Amino acid sequence: MADDKEREELVVAEYHRKIKEAFEVFDHEANNTVDVREIGTIIRSLGCCPSEGELHDLIAEVEEEEPTGYIRYEKFLPVMTEVLLERRYRPIPEDTLLRAFEVLDSSKRGFLTREELIKYMTEEGEPFSQEEMEEMLSAAVDPESNSIHYKDYIAMMVVDES
Amino acid sequence: MGCGTSSSTKDRKSEKALKAALVIQNWYRGYSARLKARQRYALTIFQSIEYADEQGQLQLSNFFSFMLENYTQIHEKDPELVARLFGRTLQDSKDRQEYVSFVDVPDSYNGPRLQFPLTFTDIDLLVEAFKQQQILHAHYVLEVLFETKRVLKQMPNFTQVKTSPTKEITICGDLHGKLDDLFLIFYKNGLPSGSNSYIFNGDFVDRGKHSMEILMILFVSFLVYPNDLHLNRGNHEDFMMNLRYGFTKEILHKYKLHGKKILQILEDVYTWLPIGTIIDNEILVIHGGISESTDLNLLHRIERHKMKSVLMPPISIDEDQDTDLKKTKTGANVVPREGKTNESPSEQLPKHEWEQVVTVFSASNYYEEGSNRGAYIKLCCDMTPRFFQYQVTRATCLRPLYQRVNTMESSAIRILKERMLSRKTDLIRAFQLQDRSKSGKLSMGQWAFSMENTLGLNLPWRSLSPHLVTTDKNGNINYMSTFQDIHIQKPVKEAQSTLIETLYRYRSDLQIIFNVIDSDHSGLISMEEFRAMWKLFNSHYSIHIEDFQVDELAERMDLNKDGSIDFNEFLKAFYVVHKLEKLNKSDANLL
Repeated sequence: MADDKEREELVVAEYHRKIKEAFEVFDHEANNTVDVREIGTIIRSLGCCPSEGELHDLIAEVEEEEPTGYIRYEKFLPVMTEVLLERRYRPIPEDTLLRAFEVLDSSKRGFLTREELIKYMTEEGEPFSQEEMEEMLSAAVDPESNSIHYKDYIAMMVVDES
Repeated sequence: MGCGTSSSTKDRKSEKALKAALVIQNWYRGYSARLKARQRYALTIFQSIEYADEQGQLQLSNFFSFMLENYTQIHEKDPELVARLFGRTLQDSKDRQEYVSFVDVPDSYNGPRLQFPLTFTDIDLLVEAFKQQQILHAHYVLEVLFETKRVLKQMPNFTQVKTSPTKEITICGDLHGKLDDLFLIFYKNGLPSGSNSYIFNGDFVDRGKHSMEILMILFVSFLVYPNDLHLNRGNHEDFMMNLRYGFTKEILHKYKLHGKKILQILEDVYTWLPIGTIIDNEILVIHGGISESTDLNLLHRIERHKMKSVLMPPISIDEDQDTDLKKTKTGANVVPREGKTNESPSEQLPKHEWEQVVTVFSASNYYEEGSNRGAYIKLCCDMTPRFFQYQVTRATCLRPLYQRVNTMESSAIRILKERMLSRKTDLIRAFQLQDRSKSGKLSMGQWAFSMENTLGLNLPWRSLSPHLVTTDKNGNINYMSTFQDIHIQKPVKEAQSTLIETLYRYRSDLQIIFNVIDSDHSGLISMEEFRAMWKLFNSHYSIHIEDFQVDELAERMDLNKDGSIDFNEFLKAFYVVHKLEKLNKSDANLL
C-alpha cells in the first residue's frame, strides 16, 4: 500500500515537472501566466487530444472568475495533472485516422479531391478556420494531381512525429 | 416516417461522415499544435543560448579590465602590447588622402560608381547594384567611411528630431546584415528622403551575410539626407563584436586587398555614431534600452568617441601614458574625462520618468528560416504608434509548416548538442555524481537537473530529451548516448581531449583576444605574445590547463617554424563533427 502511494507520488511529481516545462515555454513574460489562446497548444503538446468542445470546457475550468485573457499556472497545474492521471483525451490511433479518410472517400479511389476535403473540413464536425484549412492543404495536397493521397499523407505525418 | 430505409441510410451515412470529419479534425489540431510547440521549443533554445553567450561576453569584458589593472606587469615585459590594445587611434586628414588615393578603381570594375558629393541617385544606384549581388569597390567604401566620420563628428550624442502631422518618422530595429529585410522595409515603406524620415536603432551588422551592403546603404543615405536619416550606435557597431560575430570576416573576405584598411577606419567611424535619438522631446530611441540607473544628463556629456568597444574600458593612451593611467586606475567604467563630474545637486536636471518601453526588431528569420517576423514602427506627433510586421521568404509560397518546423528544430538541436559537447567533461562529472551504481543510466529528473545546472540553460529538458539521448524501456536515460555520434575534430592528433574541449569552449573569446593583439590584421601573432596572452587568460578564467600543454600545441601549430602562429587557422581547426550528418563547408566556418 505504502509502495503504491509512493509510486503515485513520484508519477505526480514527474507530471508536475512536465506540465511546468510545457507551460513555461509559452510564459513570455515569465510571470506564471500564458495567453488563453495558447492553452490548446500547451495541452496538445502534452500528448492529449481534446476536441474543440472538450477544450472549451477545460478552459472554463482554468479561467479566472472574471476572464482576463490569461491563464495562471496555479489554476492550470491541478486540472492538467488530473487530465494526465486519468489519461483523458487519448490521441487517435493511426488506423482509426485511416478509416476516417476511407469513410469520406466513398468510391474508394485512395484519394480525396481538394474540394472534397475542403467541404468536409469546413462544413462538418468542428469546422476548420480558413487558416487551419490552408495549413492542412499546404502539406497534404499533391500538387500534380491536386488531390490528397491520404495513406501517403498519414504515413508522412507519422514519420515526422516519431 | 417518409421514405423509410433510404432516409435512415442517408442519416447513417451523414452521421458516419460527421464522425469521420471529427476524427480528422481532432487529429489535425493535435498534430498542428505539437508542431507549433516544437517551433516554440526551438526558438527557446536559440534565445537561451544567445542569452548565455551575452553573459559570456561579460567575462571577456572583465578580462580586459583585469588586463588593464595588471597593465604595469605586462608593461614591463611588453610595452607594445597594451598600447596596441588600448591606443588604437588614427590621425585624420593626412590618413584620408593616403588611404583613399592609394586605392585605384580599375576600368574593368563593373560595380556601382559613386559620385561625390552624394545625391539620391547614388542611393538608387547602390540598391540596384546590391540587388544584383554586386560588391562596392573598396575605394568608394573608404570614401564613404571618411565622409561619414567627418559628418558624424559634428553631431551631439543625441540627435533631436521633430515630427509633424505631415511628417511621420519610421523606426527600425536590428538588421544584423540581413539585406533582404532592409529591401523589404524600403519596398513597403519607401526609400529614405526629405519627406520620409528613418531612425535605424543600431546593430546594422554582424551575423547576416550583407552587413557591408547594409552599412553602405545606410551611410550613403545618411550623407545624402543627414537631417532625415538617423543612425544610433548599437552594441554590434563595435570592432570586437565584429570579430566574434562575423562582420570582420565578411570584410576580409569581400575585400582581400584593402580589408584591413577598411577595418581600421570603420573602428573609428563606429565611435562617432550617436548614442540615441530624441523625438519631439518626448521619446527616446536608444539601442539596448534603459535601466533604473540610466542618467540621460550624464550620457549627453560623455565623450562618446572614447568608447572603442562595449567589451573594453574606455581609455585613450596618449604620449603621456603613465599620467593617464593614474587618473583612471580606480574605475574603468564610463566617466566623462572632461566636463563636470562633480556637480552640486541643484545644478543637475531632474531625473527622467519613463512611461513605456517598446522593443523593435527588424531582422526576420533571425535564428533560422521561419523563426520570427521583423517589424518597424511609424510615429507621428501625438498619434498612437503603428506597427508593421513582415517576414522575408525566398519562395513564392510558404513551405508547409512541418518542413519549416523541421528546419528550425534541427538547427536548434544541432547547436544545443554542440553546446553540450563544449561542456562534456563538466556534464559527465555531474552525471556520474548522481549515478552511484555506475550504471550509465539516470532517471529523467536526475538527467534534467544535471543538464540545467551544468549548462546554465533554462530549457524544457523533458520534452527535448528524445532529440538528445536514448532511453531504455523503463524510461531511464543513457546519459552518454549524446556523445556517441558527435565529437570535436582534433586539429592535432596528439592533443589531449580536455585541452581540445577547453579551447573549443573558449574559441570565440580567444578569437577576439588574438585578433585584438594582431592589430595589423596580419593573421599572425608571435609565440611570446601567444604565451603571454594565454597565461593571463588562464589565470583570469581559472582554467586548469598546464602552460606546457598549450606551449606544445602552439609549437605544433607553428607550421613553418618561424616563431609565429596563424591563430585563425588554429581556431578554425576546432569544429564539431556530427557523425550522422554530412558536414557542410559553411558549418565548418561556424567560428
